[in-house]
Amino acid sequence: MDAKRVETISARVDAAVSSPDSVEDELELSAVRHRPEGLEQLEAQTRFSRKELQILYRGFKNECPSGVVNEDTFKDIYAQFFPQGDASTYAHFLFNAFDTDHNGSVSFEDFVMGLSILLRGTVQEKLNWAFNLYDINKDGYITKEEMLDIMKAIYDMMGKCTYPVLKEETPRQHVEIFFQKMDKNKDGVVTIDEFIDCCQNDENIMRSMHLFENVI
Amino acid sequence: MAAGVAAWLPFARAAAIGWMPVANLPMPVAPTEKNKRQDELIILNVSGRRFQTWRNTLDRYPDTLLGSSEKEFFYNEETKEYFFDRDPDVFRSVLNFYRTGKLHYPRYECISSYDEELAFFGIIPEIIGDCCYEEYKDRKRENAERLMDDQEDNKDSKLPNMTFRETMWRAFENPHTSTMALVFYYVTGFFIAISVITNVVETVPCGSAPNQKEVPCGERYTVAFFCMDTACVMIFTVEYLMRLFAAPSRYRFMRSVMSIIDVVAILPYYIGLVMTDNEDVSGAFVTLRVFRVFRIFKFSRHSQGLRILGYTLKSCASELGFLLFSLTMAIIIFATVMFYAEKGSSSSKFTSIPASFWYTIVTMTTLGYGDMVPKTIAGKIFGSICSLSGVLVIALPVPVIVSNFSRIYHQNQRADKRRAQKKARLARIRISKTGSSSAFLHSKRNGLFNEALELTVRPEEQRLSKSTSLLESQHHHLLHCLEKTTVSAHNHEFVDEQCYQQSYLEAGLQTYPSRSPSLSSQDGVTGTCCTRRSKKRHTPLPNASAQAHMHPLTHPHAHQQGLQELSTIHIQPLSTSRSSLNMRVDEPAPLNCQSGQITTAIISIPTPPATTPEGDAHPPAGPAHQNVVKVSAL
Repeated sequence: MDAKRVETISARVDAAVSSPDSVEDELELSAVRHRPEGLEQLEAQTRFSRKELQILYRGFKNECPSGVVNEDTFKDIYAQFFPQGDASTYAHFLFNAFDTDHNGSVSFEDFVMGLSILLRGTVQEKLNWAFNLYDINKDGYITKEEMLDIMKAIYDMMGKCTYPVLKEETPRQHVEIFFQKMDKNKDGVVTIDEFIDCCQNDENIMRSMHLFENVI
Repeated sequence: MAAGVAAWLPFARAAAIGWMPVANLPMPVAPTEKNKRQDELIILNVSGRRFQTWRNTLDRYPDTLLGSSEKEFFYNEETKEYFFDRDPDVFRSVLNFYRTGKLHYPRYECISSYDEELAFFGIIPEIIGDCCYEEYKDRKRENAERLMDDQEDNKDSKLPNMTFRETMWRAFENPHTSTMALVFYYVTGFFIAISVITNVVETVPCGSAPNQKEVPCGERYTVAFFCMDTACVMIFTVEYLMRLFAAPSRYRFMRSVMSIIDVVAILPYYIGLVMTDNEDVSGAFVTLRVFRVFRIFKFSRHSQGLRILGYTLKSCASELGFLLFSLTMAIIIFATVMFYAEKGSSSSKFTSIPASFWYTIVTMTTLGYGDMVPKTIAGKIFGSICSLSGVLVIALPVPVIVSNFSRIYHQNQRADKRRAQKKARLARIRISKTGSSSAFLHSKRNGLFNEALELTVRPEEQRLSKSTSLLESQHHHLLHCLEKTTVSAHNHEFVDEQCYQQSYLEAGLQTYPSRSPSLSSQDGVTGTCCTRRSKKRHTPLPNASAQAHMHPLTHPHAHQQGLQELSTIHIQPLSTSRSSLNMRVDEPAPLNCQSGQITTAIISIPTPPATTPEGDAHPPAGPAHQNVVKVSAL
């Protein structure tokens, strides 16, 4: 899947031909540009139509001319949607969820894959994705600490000016409620099966999974 | 939310799925997009150059012209594109704003044309990106200063009905406005010079009596010098009192620098009068005489260069302060070093650190009097370091001061140059404008002629005589309608300059010789319509109100005589800045209706009732009298 072609405009070719020169290496101008795979391949891998992919890519490239999003840009973009609070922590978790190959940057393929799951995937896939988001260290279990981090991040996005005023223990209480609901065998962690089971039995959650389907 | 990231909204919404399992309450219903259009390309034709973009790009900023439904007004059905009759070069920046979310200001573009384009497309200039914002603001400020300079020149023009006090103040501030003021200006200048020379000569030793030592002239011819001094001080006092009387704000005047200088210049004399030749205070008295030299600063009212210098020093206050501070630091350091270095040597002049200050200052400014010289080797070494560093420390802030002075000086030069050019420019504009108005009157003549012919002449001949274009004839028809509108007992008509002058002189009204050609209202008649300055709309005043403003100095003929009101009609869509420039801006081509701006001025003289029947045609021509508003068809 990863047919990344990283172009480096540099004297590397020259260096290979001529004798290695440290000065040349220093002057190496590496402009990393990333070109995504062709439209047909992406069409096959995701559930978007050609036109939708075109629209998505245009928006993506407009904001990130170099073709990849690094974490800071990601945080910036996401923060613009939540001006009243601090979205950086949640954006960090989101970034990790999108960056499936964990190389520190989100390319267009990662982006579009994630979106494909979120918008056009089955409920199972969506829940899988959500579990992946909550599981910060990707070990297959959601612990209370991980959940608390996520919860705090979400509440941070709300900012200070809320009604009623958010108190310190609100995230913690919320985590307790979550664990009460999800943790069936009360072992202090939530596994993927417990999670999916529980969500499928919850009507609200099921309904909300279909909320954003017509986003594009 | 920046519209640049509007493209990422779908992503943000999709990512919200991450909150769903955590939520305890049901989510609200998502808004559905009714008649969701496929994104399409739209063509924007700007003066022939075609720009294409996605419709969604333009929709990012819905409060601008292109982003809202306002652009539908410009939609051309046949070519299926949006046509804008604007500058395509500036449009480039505008469209880039939609694409990238950042507005840039191209340096080569004129600031006012750019502002107009932005205003047309509904974009506020404040969102110009950081890269270009400084340049934009600088240019804007420069332009505003330039306009302000031009406006300030207007202040020279005399308003009618100025009180005596205001006239006097104006005479003081601008000596060239009247001969009296000029005389006063030169007289005071002369007396300042006399006073200064007297002070100087007073101390020169005149010839001495045979067995007495040299005596300064002041003591020899005491009476003469005293009379001279008295005369000067009297003149200065009178001048000061007159200025104080005429000043519009006395408190502000008294606080101003020039008035303080005036007071300081004359005070010593009065104090000297009050004090007698007392031994104890004679020392203080002598000191006071020193202040008489301040009279020389009174010259700064007369010399612009001096004022510029003073202004420069004021504006460079921080640099001067820094210079002073760094010099002080260096002096103290070097004085200390020199003192301790020279402490060892015998008969050293460096008796204390303050005593070394003198040496340090003299060395750092490279004066080197030689009254104090170091004798030890260490002293000499440090002395040389001192002189080298002095050069550096002084050389650093000086270029800043110089560049400030140069900038202010050039600004002043520019103002003077513009003022000189303005006269020539206005003369040229006036000539071209009379061209257009005479065209109207010419065609009117022809028109009347044509009307007479219509009855007798065949169509072909008629066509020959209609040489004016359709646009012109429409414009002339409009002016004609206006004439007809302002009907009273007599028809008001556009008249010839000579004819007007003639009838005016007949009326026996005195014209006030006003210097500025831009004046639009007659002295004596109320200047309610001053087109040069007016930025408001004036409707053509009917005769009735004009009569109320008649000059009291009437003449034997009936009440109708005398200058009528001038009125201007402004039809102007946009900014008022254009109206303020209306008198001097443009070439008076035949009316360009598409520009949407019609400014006409109507001057009319009612014909004396006895001599002419109603509606007769004075031989028309272009009124371009100095005191009358020009017919300006923009």
